[in-house]
Formats: sequence, structure tokens, C-alpha cells
Amino acid sequence: MDKYNLNNKYKAIVIGGSAGSFQGVTKILSNMPEDFKLPIILCLHRLKHVRNGFVEALSIKSQLEITEPHDKEHIKKSRVYLAPANYHLSIELGHTFSLSTENMVNNSRPAIDITLNTAAYVYRNKLIGILLSGANKDGAMGMEHINQRGGRTIVQDPIECMIDTMPTAALAVTEIDHVLKVDDIIKFLIELNNAYK
Amino acid sequence: MFEHTFLPYHHLIMKEIDIKDLKRITELIRERHNYDFTNYAMSSFKRRILRIMDMHNLTLDMLFKKISTENTFFDEFLSEVTVNVTEMFRDPSFWRILRDDIIPAILLNHKSFRIWHAGCSSGEEVFSMAIMLKEMGILNDTSIIATDLDTLILDRAKSGTYPAKNMELNNKNYIRYQGTSSLDEYYTIENGKAIMDKSLLNNVSFRKHDLVTGDIFNKFDLILCRNVMIYFNQNLQNEVLKKFHESLFKYGYLIIGSKESLIWCDIANKFIVVNNEEKVYKKIKD
Repeated sequence: MDKYNLNNKYKAIVIGGSAGSFQGVTKILSNMPEDFKLPIILCLHRLKHVRNGFVEALSIKSQLEITEPHDKEHIKKSRVYLAPANYHLSIELGHTFSLSTENMVNNSRPAIDITLNTAAYVYRNKLIGILLSGANKDGAMGMEHINQRGGRTIVQDPIECMIDTMPTAALAVTEIDHVLKVDDIIKFLIELNNAYK
Repeated sequence: MFEHTFLPYHHLIMKEIDIKDLKRITELIRERHNYDFTNYAMSSFKRRILRIMDMHNLTLDMLFKKISTENTFFDEFLSEVTVNVTEMFRDPSFWRILRDDIIPAILLNHKSFRIWHAGCSSGEEVFSMAIMLKEMGILNDTSIIATDLDTLILDRAKSGTYPAKNMELNNKNYIRYQGTSSLDEYYTIENGKAIMDKSLLNNVSFRKHDLVTGDIFNKFDLILCRNVMIYFNQNLQNEVLKKFHESLFKYGYLIIGSKESLIWCDIANKFIVVNNEEKVYKKIKD
């Protein structure tokens, strides 16, 4: 059943989220097989001064290895990367990460716009961007950028979001390919993974 | 002039600049001003250039012309193209390790010792270090050299003057660090500015030095370079680490940011990891 008409051209998935996204993210990760064929890059708003605990909390139900990347670390498939506290996370040409302590963007560091924007630049039409529940507009411009570069965009259905400001803002500024509930995002990603078999 | 922390990012993020134009900019800077940004990390360098063009309302051609012909503009450009966002006692757990483990280990073998803050920016970490050493009672047994490529930011560090609103975060960090005093013992507030106690800088000398083009100028027991090399690509990180290695006494310490790593660099085997969480390394081979 190929509902979403996916092929194996995609190279990475980036997921942005803020308030109310934790449950959705853990549910998505817990449903991914350990041989998932793409890297999943997470940029989630988090407390700036709490460095530890988030990876552990996300890892409880995930079969995929989750880490906070080091600066200039190479991006690998079947891995989940979480933007570390108090750093912006960028993707570089050559598929490595870069960290930065630049000013907050959208009152956030890490800022979802920065991660999405640099990922869109590097992966072009081979990127899938997913934006979940959240209470500010971070990520909307990044989704527009993914759209302009030919990537695929998904937002969590605002009806399902604890706080729908973030997906609603993205829907207001750009065309979003799919508005999906978390369970359907999971189906989308499973179908995507099957395209690589 | 350098305190516009707000940037209208929303229209900025949509702009792009070609790699070949970025290369032209770095070449021009290298020829005219003797700084080399060729091996800076692309993503942040591009954001900085776009930000400068946006702040000064410049087209690419105008930017080229100003870099070529206006030296005062170039000083500002240098300040803006490098990232100068920092905190006092950023990562309090790191400062505790430094106080409780690293400095005591140095003191086992040395009565006095030398510290280099490489890429000290506006000086928050220099003041953090001086406060920590003062509370340990050994401030006068140390000499500190703090360097940056940007003379405007060095002036700000020397002046020890910060926006008062920044002190809230600095205070919180200090409390988490568990200092023996209270951070406000070390500054006064005047006209919305926090003015640091200058006696903290008695053994500090600030110096202009570019990690990329600069020479090795001294030997140290401890080098701090946290969240500076993240703006470099891997080749440049490699080169700078060689300079740090040469600038350290044997068994001296190198400390980088908590999300940086030495493991990819050529000379990783000349260091051992003392604390992996806080990225404290010790030179064990010449």
C-alpha cells in the first residue's frame, strides 16, 4: 500500500518540535525499526542549562541509537541526532554537523529554523521536514525553505497538537505537503523505509 | 553599536548567497586585511555574512567595496563576522571540575602557572576564571593571557563592562557553579551597565592574536578554547590544535567546548582524555 508515493531518493529527516511535542517524538521514535535507512535529526526546544537527561528520556522506547552530535561529526543512517542544549545545530555540505553559540533565533537556541534551513540547503529535494506541536513560530520559515528547495514537508495535524501555534504558522507561510496525526506520520516513515528495501 | 542582538531573521533566513561569492569575500579579506576565513565552517560564516549585509543594508557589490576601501567598516565587519555570544560560568559543571580537579592537579607540581584564553571574545570566561582563582586564593599565583583577533571586542573585555540584563543569567550560572561568594560582590551597576571589579584583571593581559594566522608566542599550563573552533572546518581545527599542542608544556591541559572533540584530529594520540563530559585533555607527548 503506497499511500504517499515515496521513493528512495531521500537522504535525511529533520523533525522540529517544542511545547507538547515530546510525546509525539517518543511515539515516532519507538515505532522506527533499528535498521531505519535514514538519519533522523531532531531539533527540539529545551532548557538551555540542562545538558543531561533528554537523550536518556527519548531513548527509553527507541530501538535507534540517539546521541547529541559533536561538532563536525559525520551524519550516519539508522541514527537519531538531538540538537544539544544551548547550541544551534547546522548541517554542512559533506554531511557533517556544525554547532554554534550565535544569538538566539525566535527566542530559541537551538532554533528549528536554523537546523531546517541548513538541512534544506545541503539535502535540497532529498529532505523530509516534519514540524510538531509548539508554542512559537520557530520552524515555519525553515519549512518554507525546504519547500523551495523541493523537499517534502509534513506538519502534525493542529487538531491533535497540545499547542498548535507552530504547525499553524508553517501552514500560514508555505504550502505543506501533508498534515498528519502522529500515527500517520509513523505510517509515512514506515512506508518511506520500505522504499529502500 | 554592537549590541543589536535582535535580528529580523524571518526575511533573512530566506536569503541565500553563493559559495563562489563567499569565496570571493574570503579572498578579498585575505588580500586586503590579512585575515583568513577560508576554512571557517560554511553554515555559520554564511549566516554572519548575510546578517552583516542585512544590518547595513548592503548588496554584495557594496559589501565588496566597503571591505576593500573602508578600514573602519572592516573593524566592525570583523566584530560581526565572528560570534561573540558568551556567558560567565557557562556550563557550571565544567567550572566545578576545573576548580575541584584540574587546578588542584596543576598545583601539585607548580606554585604558579600560566593560562591562555584563546578566543576570549568579550571576556566573560576570563572574569569567570579570575573569580574562581580569587575564591581559591591563588589569583596572584597565576598569569593569564587572553587573546582574540578582534580589537573592538578586546576593548570591551578590558573595560569589563556588560549590559546589566546579562547578569541575571551570569548570576544563575554562578549559583549553579556553587561559588563561595555571590557574583554581585564582583561588580557594580551603573546606568544599566554592570562594571566588573578591575582588580580581577591584575594578572591578565589582553592581546590581539589570530588563531588562524598567528604564531606560537608562549608556553602554558592550561589553555581554554571553548566554543571557538566550532566556527572552523575540520582542516582548520587540525591546524589550530597543532598550535595548541606546541603552546602547552608537557602535562599541560587543553579544554574545549563540551560538544567539541579531539578524536578526529591528527595529533589526538598526543593527548589523553581527563574528563570526557567537559572535554578536558592533557598533553602527554611532545
